[in-house]
Amino acid sequence: MRDVCVVGVGMSQWGEVWRKSFRQLFVDAASAAIKNSGVDHLDGLYVGCMSGGLFVGQEHLGALCADYLGMAGIPAMRVESACASGGMAIRAAMFEVASGASDIVMAAGVEKMTDCSGDDATYALATAADQEYEVFHGATFPGLYAMMAHAHMAKYGTTRDMLSAVSVKNHKNGAMNPVAQYPFEITMEGVANSVMIADPLHILDCSPITDGAAAVIVCTEEKAKALGKPYVKIIGSGVGTDTLQLCQRADMTTIKASTLAAERALKMAGKTIKDVQFAEMHDCFTIAEIVICESIGLYAPGKAGAAILAGETALDGKFPVNSSGGLKSKGHAVGATGVAQIVEIYKQLTGQAEGGRQIPGSPKIGMAQNMGGSGASSVVHILEVA
Amino acid sequence: MAGIVGYGAHLPRQRIKVEEIAKVWGADAPSYKKGLMLREKSVPPPDMDTITLAVEAARNALRRSGGVDPAEIGAIYIGSESHPYAVKPSGTTVAEAIGATPHLHCADFEFACKAGSEAMFVALSHIDAKAMKYALAIAADTSQGAPSDALEFSAAAGAGAFIMGSENLIAECLHTHSYMTDMPDFWRREHEFYPQHAGRFTGEEAYFATTMGSSQALLEKTGMKPSDFKYAIFHQPNGKFPQRVSRMLGFTQEQIDPGWLAPRLGNTYSGASPIGLTATLDVSDPGDLIFMCSYGSGAGSDSFIWKVTDRINEVRDMAVKTHKLLDENLTYVDYGTYAKYRRKIKKNY
Repeated sequence: MRDVCVVGVGMSQWGEVWRKSFRQLFVDAASAAIKNSGVDHLDGLYVGCMSGGLFVGQEHLGALCADYLGMAGIPAMRVESACASGGMAIRAAMFEVASGASDIVMAAGVEKMTDCSGDDATYALATAADQEYEVFHGATFPGLYAMMAHAHMAKYGTTRDMLSAVSVKNHKNGAMNPVAQYPFEITMEGVANSVMIADPLHILDCSPITDGAAAVIVCTEEKAKALGKPYVKIIGSGVGTDTLQLCQRADMTTIKASTLAAERALKMAGKTIKDVQFAEMHDCFTIAEIVICESIGLYAPGKAGAAILAGETALDGKFPVNSSGGLKSKGHAVGATGVAQIVEIYKQLTGQAEGGRQIPGSPKIGMAQNMGGSGASSVVHILEVA
Repeated sequence: MAGIVGYGAHLPRQRIKVEEIAKVWGADAPSYKKGLMLREKSVPPPDMDTITLAVEAARNALRRSGGVDPAEIGAIYIGSESHPYAVKPSGTTVAEAIGATPHLHCADFEFACKAGSEAMFVALSHIDAKAMKYALAIAADTSQGAPSDALEFSAAAGAGAFIMGSENLIAECLHTHSYMTDMPDFWRREHEFYPQHAGRFTGEEAYFATTMGSSQALLEKTGMKPSDFKYAIFHQPNGKFPQRVSRMLGFTQEQIDPGWLAPRLGNTYSGASPIGLTATLDVSDPGDLIFMCSYGSGAGSDSFIWKVTDRINEVRDMAVKTHKLLDENLTYVDYGTYAKYRRKIKKNY
């Protein structure tokens, strides 16, 4: 396989972007990535999107996005794996270049979630859970993650403050991100006293509903060098899956799909978790970030909460997590989230993170962990400076 | 010059507290109280509807009119989202009740929460055109909010009435401006009981954008600035929105205080800014300038600049003041009673 590089990135505004449509959000991010990279054509396009059909009544997204980018004619397809759709689009684009089939491919993600009612958005998101065994019986994602949180608290003594610390840290980082949906800081007391959603998760434990898009250009190292722009290498990609049903898993306090995805990505990269210096993680709920830190081997089971509370994953900590603000502060435009994570890793590795959120010490290796549903699918990428 | 020759309000005396509604639905009362600045809202009892509210408000307006003969009223317009009949005007009953029939125009107006200010606007136009001596504009609602919806914490009842004329004015209308776009932020379709709304979109893109659009256009048109006014009134779907939009425009809390009724009254829909105007006139002095901007979903805003005349001192006490209706002789009901009053309990007939 050929080496694959990320040579340019782009983001739309994230948030309740009422004045921009699905296609406009995509075009904003995609054209920014093209401009940022300097490429003059694309050999292919992968669009990560969880549910264009339910959120805006639009499917057939590969052709639509290629058309509105002014590139009708190029190979284009949509990739779906619930909230991991974006990460899977990165993987598809990467392997297309690695295989030798194409030289320059765009991986994009887009989701337009505020054109429908809150109830309709909740329904659309719940299609990522098991309809027959979970959703029909009333389970929602906050409810499923709340059960994971209770199990984690019961088994390891994880506390309210540990959950709150995830949210406070991510908002502190997101406050420095110019495209974040909620670019402001919050307090430990603010999280603990916010409205209860599904005990023990309060509203400030939950990522929001977001409109947004992200795009990256992946290409061969030869093309990247020729473009003369900063580039980084994707040295590992791994995917893992698990049962859709939370109740079918042997242990609710870990996410096995992420363990598998991280192991596979690290193996491909020829690295261990100790070689990785920072990460973007899928903090759809605060408990998720704690569980992921343990599932990927960064911390032993039951140890991540205290470490996060102690500041070990802060921007100036020993292993910064979610320098972008994460899903909690930056926003969670579900199909775009996995691509936005790669955007952040690229910016950090090339020293281009804006607003004062650049991780100190010029890190060389970063990881992006993206997942779908309650963790039935997960995709991990490892990127390294060229 | 056209203006107000008589004004009056009417409110039910029943109230329900935010905590009482929140208790039933498992909602977080403190967050509603803080987030929307709502404490309680008025509840219309079973024998009160838009028509009876309108009649009482119109009678108070007649009391302050210095002896306007109802038979000289050439038009009666009622703006409401809760006309009791889908087909049959509210205005005919009101006109009959106050003795204004049969030689007059009558129409019921609908434009979400600015139907009342539309009625005021058209009534003023008749006077400006010298088509009639008096025109009566009424804003009245027994507002609808679906059980457990955020609207249920605010949807309230009340009415304001204004007799427009050209002589013996209490307040002269110096300028107006209307602003509207097609904006699907809040709606109730035929045969539906309760309106639907688009959450924060309804605030940011609709209420704030439209209220700012109309208000700024009127300020620019007249070359006036917020500090020129003694008082200001904005549509008040809750306590927070009018407070925020007034600050965005440069008005102060002191300027909006007299007409800022929503924290204790709730959202009287079409009645909201017109009732706020009645409460503001109650405390005004001759020469005061009052800025008013309504808002109706769909969406539009009517802005008015009123100049209070010397006559305010003669008429102020001729009818009940709005704050007396708001503050005194209140009866607090529980959710069960409220549900019965608002016909939220299905009885299968």
